[in-house]
Amino acid sequence: MPLVRALADPPGTAALDGAGWTALITIARAEQLLGSLAYRLEGRPMPGAAAAILADARRSAEQQQVQALWEAEMARRALAPLGVPVVLLKGTAFAAAKLPPSIGRSIGDLDILVPRESLDAVEAALIAAGWKWVKDDAYTLHYYKQWMHELPPLIHRERDRMIDVHHTILPLTARPTPDAAALIADSVALESGLRILSPADIIVHAAVHLFADGDLAGGLRNLWDIDRLLRSSDAHAGFWSALAARAERHGVTAAVAHAARQANALYATPIPREWMKWSPFDAWSRRRLLARDGWGRARRPVTRLAFYARSHWLRMPPAMLARHLWIKARDRRG
Amino acid sequence: MHSFTVRIGPVGFRVGSAWPRPVAALEAIYAGYPGPRDGIADFTVRLEPERPWRRFVRPSVAIRGDFILPDAVPMALRHGFLAAEMGMNLQMALGQRRFLLLHASAVERDGRVLLMTGESGAGKSTLAALLGERGWRLMGDEFALVDPVSGLIHAFPRAVSLKNAAIAMLRAEASEDRFGPELDGTPKGTLRHLRPRADAVARMDEPAAPALLLFPRYGHDRAIRPMGEAEIFVRLTQASTNYVALGEAGHAALARLVKTVPTRAIDYPDSAAALAIVDMLWAEQAR
Repeated sequence: MPLVRALADPPGTAALDGAGWTALITIARAEQLLGSLAYRLEGRPMPGAAAAILADARRSAEQQQVQALWEAEMARRALAPLGVPVVLLKGTAFAAAKLPPSIGRSIGDLDILVPRESLDAVEAALIAAGWKWVKDDAYTLHYYKQWMHELPPLIHRERDRMIDVHHTILPLTARPTPDAAALIADSVALESGLRILSPADIIVHAAVHLFADGDLAGGLRNLWDIDRLLRSSDAHAGFWSALAARAERHGVTAAVAHAARQANALYATPIPREWMKWSPFDAWSRRRLLARDGWGRARRPVTRLAFYARSHWLRMPPAMLARHLWIKARDRRG
Repeated sequence: MHSFTVRIGPVGFRVGSAWPRPVAALEAIYAGYPGPRDGIADFTVRLEPERPWRRFVRPSVAIRGDFILPDAVPMALRHGFLAAEMGMNLQMALGQRRFLLLHASAVERDGRVLLMTGESGAGKSTLAALLGERGWRLMGDEFALVDPVSGLIHAFPRAVSLKNAAIAMLRAEASEDRFGPELDGTPKGTLRHLRPRADAVARMDEPAAPALLLFPRYGHDRAIRPMGEAEIFVRLTQASTNYVALGEAGHAALARLVKTVPTRAIDYPDSAAALAIVDMLWAEQAR
C-alpha cells in the first residue's frame, strides 16, 4: 500500500508519478496521516504541487495542535479546583509532551484519564464549565456508566470540541482488566500540572486501543504512533523487558506483542528477535489495516465487518451483546 | 470508476463517478480548462451509489471524497453533475488551508478586484456573471481565495451556478455552447451552469488586489450604506468556511482585508439598478 511504503521508505516516493502522488495523498488523508506524512517527506525532492499540498498539511497539523493544547488547558482550568490527577491520553498527550508521534499528527477529541472515584466530581465540574452531553438519552447514559471505561462524550457549548473522560483504558466488560490505579500512580507530571502516562503505559494504551478494543478503523495512524514510540524508546536499556512486564501487569501481553509485530511488518520498526512470534491473526489484521484503495475508499467489506463484530465480541459477553444490539436496533426503528 | 480531472485556479480536483453521465457533463462544461498541476489533484471527490444496488435500481448518488458531510442527502442520478459540483465545493469549504476562503464572488478590472458577498439569494453570483459578460474578468461566483501572505485574491472560476430567473438573464448575454444542461427540481429550483468566458479561464492564474467589497441585498429599494469595521469583520467571519481552521494567519488576512478595502452594503430592486450602483461605487471608491 503506497501510504505504508512512503512512511517506511521516504526515498521510494521519488518514483511516484502524478497519479501515484494523488493516490498517496488521498489515502493519507483518509487514514488521518497526511500531516505525519508531510513531515516525514519534508525537504525531499518532489513535484511542486505535492510540495504545496504537504506544506498545507504541516500548517494545518500545527494549528490543530495549538487548538488541542488550548482545549487541554481549558479542561485543566475547569478541573484544577478538584485537586485530582488529570492524565492526558493519545494525541493531546503526545503534543503536550512533544513526543515523536506528535510530529504532524492530527488530533480530534480531547481524551483524559481520571481516578474512577473522582468521576462524578469531574463530570459536574466540566458541566459547570460549559460542557454538555452529546447524547443524553437514558440508555446511552446508563450504558456508559454501567459498562464503559469512559463517560459518554461531552461537547463544549461554545468551542464545539469534544472531551472523552476515561477512568481506565478498556471497557469494564472486556476480558482483560488493566490496572487503572497503576496507570495513574505511575503517570508523569508535565509543567502545566497536567499528566501523561508513563513511557511503557503510553505504548500499552496505544496497543490496547488498536488491538484489544476497536474495529481497527483508522488503525494505520495508531500503528504509526506505536512505531514512533517504540523507535524512540528502543535505545533505552531494559526498555523491552519493562514493556513486557507492564503489559503483563495490565493483562494485555497479546495486544502489545501483536502491535510490536505489526509495526515491524508494516513500518519496519526494530523489535527484538524474541518478540517476533507470528500468529495467524497477524495476516488477518494486516488485511484489515490495509483495506483502503487509491480513491480513499474502504475496501474488503467482509473483513471490515468481521473486525466490527470482533470489536463488539471483545467488549461484551454474548448475552449482554445480544441485549445491547437488540436495544440499539429497536431504537433505530422507532 | 469513471474519472475526470481539472484545475480551477490554483486547485486541482479529481472526480470519480460510478456512472459515466456526470463525468461526460463535467468534460463538456470544463472544456478548455487545464488538468491539475503536475498531474496531482489537491482534492478527490467520489460519486458513489448510496448502497451497492443503488447503482442500477433507482440510482442514487452519494457525495463522498476527502472531506464529507455525514448527513448529506443523496441525489438523483439526473442531478449527478450537480453532485460533482457540490462535492468540489465541499472539499474547498472543509479542506482548503492555503487560502482564506470567503463565500463571495469576485470580478476584476484594471488589475483590481470587486468582491461581493452575502447570503444565498443576495445576488452575488448573478451580478458577477453579468459583470463577467460586460468587460470585467470573472474570477469566481462562489469562493474568493484570499492569499494570507500577499493579501491578493486568487481566481477560482468554476462554472457559474445560475438559478431560476438568472438563467434567462444570462442566456441573453452568453452563447448557448457555454451552458450546461438544465437541471430542474433541485433543492434550489431550476439550475444551469455557465462556463466563464475563455479569457477568464486563460487568465485564472493571475491574482489581483481587492479594491472594493460589497454586501448586496436583492429585493429592496435602492440604498447604499457604509459599514463599520466590526460589522464587516463579523460578517466576513460568517462568510468564511475556514477562518477558524487557519488560526492566526486567517485572522491577520481578514483584518488586513477589512482595514484596507472600502466596503458598502447595497440594496437593489433589480439587476440594472445593482449594476448602476456598482459602476458608481467603483468610480468613487475603488482604490
